[in-house]
Amino acid sequence: MNSFFIPIIQNLQNGVPTMLDFSLTEEQLSAAKMVKDFGEKEIYPTIKEYDRKQEMSPNALPRMAELGILGINIPVRYGGQGFDYVTLGLVCEELERVDSTLRVVMSVHMGLNSMGVLQWGTEEQKQRFLAPQARGEKYAGFGLTEPGVGSDVAGMASTARRDGDDYIINGEKMWISLATKAHHILWFAKTDPDANPPHKGITAFMVETDMPGVTTGDIHDKLGVRAGSTGWVNCQDVRVPAANRIGEEGEGFKIAMSCLDNGRYTVASGATGLIRASLEASLKYAQERHTFGKPIAQYQLIQQKIAWMQQWYDVARLLYLRSGWMKNQGLRNTRETSIAKWYATDQSFKAAHEAIQVHGAYGYSDEYDVERFLRNSRGAIIYEGTSEIHQLMQAGYAFGWRKDKPLRCELPAYDPDFWQEED
Amino acid sequence: MKVVVCTKQTPSTTAVITVDDNGHVSWDDPGGKPNVVNPWDEYGIEEGILLKENHGATDVIALSLGDEDSKDALKTALAMGCTEAILVSDEAFAGSDTLGTARVLAAAINKIGAVQVALFGKQAIDGDTGQTAVQAARKLGWTPLTFVSAVKEISDGRITVERLADDGKETVTAPLPVVISTVKEINEPRYPSFMGIRKANRANIPVWTAADLDVDGAVGSKVDWSHIYAMPPREGAVEIIEADSVDEQARLLADKLFEEKVI
Ligand SMILES: Cc1cc2nc3c(=O)[nH]c(=O)nc-3n(C[C@H](O)[C@H](O)[C@H](O)COP(=O)(O)OP(=O)(O)OC[C@H]3O[C@@H](n4cnc5c(N)ncnc54)[C@H](O)[C@@H]3O)c2cc1C
Repeated sequence: MNSFFIPIIQNLQNGVPTMLDFSLTEEQLSAAKMVKDFGEKEIYPTIKEYDRKQEMSPNALPRMAELGILGINIPVRYGGQGFDYVTLGLVCEELERVDSTLRVVMSVHMGLNSMGVLQWGTEEQKQRFLAPQARGEKYAGFGLTEPGVGSDVAGMASTARRDGDDYIINGEKMWISLATKAHHILWFAKTDPDANPPHKGITAFMVETDMPGVTTGDIHDKLGVRAGSTGWVNCQDVRVPAANRIGEEGEGFKIAMSCLDNGRYTVASGATGLIRASLEASLKYAQERHTFGKPIAQYQLIQQKIAWMQQWYDVARLLYLRSGWMKNQGLRNTRETSIAKWYATDQSFKAAHEAIQVHGAYGYSDEYDVERFLRNSRGAIIYEGTSEIHQLMQAGYAFGWRKDKPLRCELPAYDPDFWQEED
Repeated sequence: MKVVVCTKQTPSTTAVITVDDNGHVSWDDPGGKPNVVNPWDEYGIEEGILLKENHGATDVIALSLGDEDSKDALKTALAMGCTEAILVSDEAFAGSDTLGTARVLAAAINKIGAVQVALFGKQAIDGDTGQTAVQAARKLGWTPLTFVSAVKEISDGRITVERLADDGKETVTAPLPVVISTVKEINEPRYPSFMGIRKANRANIPVWTAADLDVDGAVGSKVDWSHIYAMPPREGAVEIIEADSVDEQARLLADKLFEEKVI
């Protein structure tokens, strides 16, 4: 009953035996159910109102913090709940089934920032940044994109100049989720603007948004995630202690990419939830709406849309669960997570598009949820690697041009004893 | 102070009851939703946990009579914050009515021993009788406090509660031990916590049988389901009254209602 397919993993680098495991544990399922109940009871009833107002639901961040969602897969010793990476995926699926903005919170706070600190941070940084983030006392964001560069990360203009025990950071980040809400932003800047190749000059810092010289603002009138927060962050001569540098100088690009392996996982699992939301809405409406004397569910062209959505959902879910399983095992999953993200986000847009079609004109108005699903699905095809970038990656792997080298710090495999020990 | 919370696993709130020609009842959920803790019991569970947090209860023991599946309800109770859970399960108890159930629960509460408060939801969404709490109180020989909307004070072996009666609220005081049935106004049930979920799924839930309790539930049942059949479907028709003006529509509607002797 509690089973789900996880496909065979081939060609494992670390020689870990291939494994086919169909089961999810009751713990994982109960955690997902708790998050589902939270979303349905506390966010869903007012989501249209906040989407129209272009404001975050006041329940979103504080309640996600209070309930422990913001620390779900972080070890208890670092303020988290000690669940595994698969549970993070299941939770993101449930969150985005209600509204994409909830999952966006997990993408930046957990995937792109907290998991980056878990992977690359020192013990002291884990205590100072990760623990309050996992407890939900501090919200976390990710500052990579700039007004002038998105996909072309190495072209960034932001700089960090060493000055004694500090760095002086200057630059502007754009399209930053939680820009005006986050306390900690993982900021990427060039410590060596002349490095060759350029990406070797990038370094990562934890910028605390109450540091003098940091200003932030919101971007309005986005197509989707309107009940979320997206904005800009500016650093003008911001003095950041060297103790806030995450990783070594010049390691920033690798750190950004491994953060994306985790952020994309949350986007993939979330988009899977959005496909499910479109499917569920379509199933309901197709049985209620009658044309020519029959429920439209009786027409094969409608059934075909349902079948497609079911197929997209199943495949998207299989793909993200494979990534989650690999993370649990401590296996590098850049390729698998990229394909999960690319597939799920493209299909979530298609699913919302088909769901609107099933709903006819009603689907075109915000009386129903499906138009919001369409608007919300669109951004994920752009952020955390556009679909084009993922296609380039996949082709690169397929041709053998692209290979993942071991990192100085790998994301730790899920070890239940270490994760759950109360220290 | 020991508190017992009685809870039961019921179909989901969206389940549809159907009866086939052989009198078999099914409670399938069209959306495939699983069974849940009886939603009314969530208030009882929450109040039990609040008694621990605010009134010094030491143990909050979730108690359920049912089959193995009822462990799910008990796990939810543990995940929310109950300190212990006990399942009472025996073939002999299958098909117990509310009186049979009350006898078994009372026996279990006596076996737990030194219980001061036994909490119930106001009714179960499947049977919907609302009798079990009162019958259990009778079997225990304790004061039943039904439809409780607030626990005000517990001191000197007495408890003061507010009851939601049909004609208003009343405040009553009774000596402990008592049986309380809760209404939804009493609190806002919390979600299970992640830590609680982990604890609950690892908890070893003891199962007590008829032999452990020295009772026989089925024999104590007074209700006999001799013939179960589906309710005949209601016949009805929709007619939309068309007219040029609202006044005219209203006049036609009034005529119709007279004709049908509705007014
Ligand atoms: C709602 C939302 C939230 C976001 N949140 C964050 C955040 O929290 N933090 C953050 O750092 N960023 C965030 N972003 C930014 C996002 O990551 C970037 O928008 C994304 O990386 C794409 O960059 P760009 O917009 O500059 O597009 P560009 O890189 O300018 O790309 C424009 C087009 O060119 C294509 N393209 C680019 N290079 C190639 C190539 N080599 N081959 C083929 N096609 C190519 C792209 O696929 C795209 O179609 C967010 C964006 C949105 C919309």
